Amino acid sequence: MGRMIKVGMADLAVCKPPDNLTTLGLGSCIGIALYDPSTKVTGLAHIMLPDSKQIRNNKTIEKFADTGIQKLYDDMIKAGARRARIVAKIAGGAQMFAIKDSGMNVGARNAQASKQKLKQLGIRLLAEDTGLNYGRTVEIYSETGDYVIKAVGKPPKTI
Amino acid sequence: MASMSLNEITEKYLDVLTEIGNIGAGNATSAVANMLGLKVDMSVPHVELLEVERIGSLLGAEEDIIVGIMLGVENDIDGSMMFLMDLPSAHRLVGRMMMMDVTDEEQLHSVEFNEMEMSAIQEIGNIIAGSYLNALSSLTNLTLTPTVPYTAIDMAASILSVPAIQFGMVGDKALLIRTEIGGIDMDINGFYILMPENDSYERILAALGLPV
Repeated sequence: MGRMIKVGMADLAVCKPPDNLTTLGLGSCIGIALYDPSTKVTGLAHIMLPDSKQIRNNKTIEKFADTGIQKLYDDMIKAGARRARIVAKIAGGAQMFAIKDSGMNVGARNAQASKQKLKQLGIRLLAEDTGLNYGRTVEIYSETGDYVIKAVGKPPKTI
Repeated sequence: MASMSLNEITEKYLDVLTEIGNIGAGNATSAVANMLGLKVDMSVPHVELLEVERIGSLLGAEEDIIVGIMLGVENDIDGSMMFLMDLPSAHRLVGRMMMMDVTDEEQLHSVEFNEMEMSAIQEIGNIIAGSYLNALSSLTNLTLTPTVPYTAIDMAASILSVPAIQFGMVGDKALLIRTEIGGIDMDINGFYILMPENDSYERILAALGLPV
């Protein structure tokens, strides 16, 4: 049995079998899982905000969709993943409180920015489970690329 | 207004911010205690400066299910506040409001709240916010208006991602005033978190006559 490595908020990690990755209680944040099915190099990033360029104080690059996904992608390549084979699955981006925003809520903006960054890197988005109003714990399994999503009062879902 | 770093604010004005938490939370706690006829105990507030990514585990395990009430603060001070409690506490408070004591273990840990129970939680949120902000307002002579409270029942980390993101939009660190309450004749565990935006801290301190 491999380890289940925990990825914190504004953090990311890359692993190979037999290890797997998890992040607990995603709210409006997004868990971006990258996977290379041939080498089984697996990555997970837990981003909090859409765009590093809109924020003055942005020392932590893992915090943002644009810079965090870039870093995860680079780390995947360093770990031996093949550029053209990397695929993505994303989850999270909920609106935890039904506050009526004038603009788009941050969860939705996080999802949109993540997809935009994946597109820019030429990474195919295989599946997503985003939006709505509940928190999600996610697990990415390196052997299969299965992305398991757990939520309170709901059966686990694999995408 | 000259912007000062959060580090400076806490070091210089720790006592003042602690006192703000004390008065606000004290008032809110007695409002709830009086309404429900409970004896409630309160901790000394902690003024905490922490990395935004640590907010998710502020209350312990990320996946523990909690009840979070959140509302915005507007007018002279901008920001938000939250009241967070564990599931049994929420069931006990709601039960007391509806004149029935909840003792069944399964019910105490249930994530289900019906419509009436949800509105009771909202009402607790209203009372807490109103009394916390009133106290702060009479202390500082600033006008503070709460928005409508919103409730979420979910994993602690996912609820706390909301303030984490709010702070994350302006920096890497968050300054928050946290006060813990505990029931004496009924087992209640909860936290208040007051989260003024950076400029608002300066306004609070200036209103209290402190040099900023």
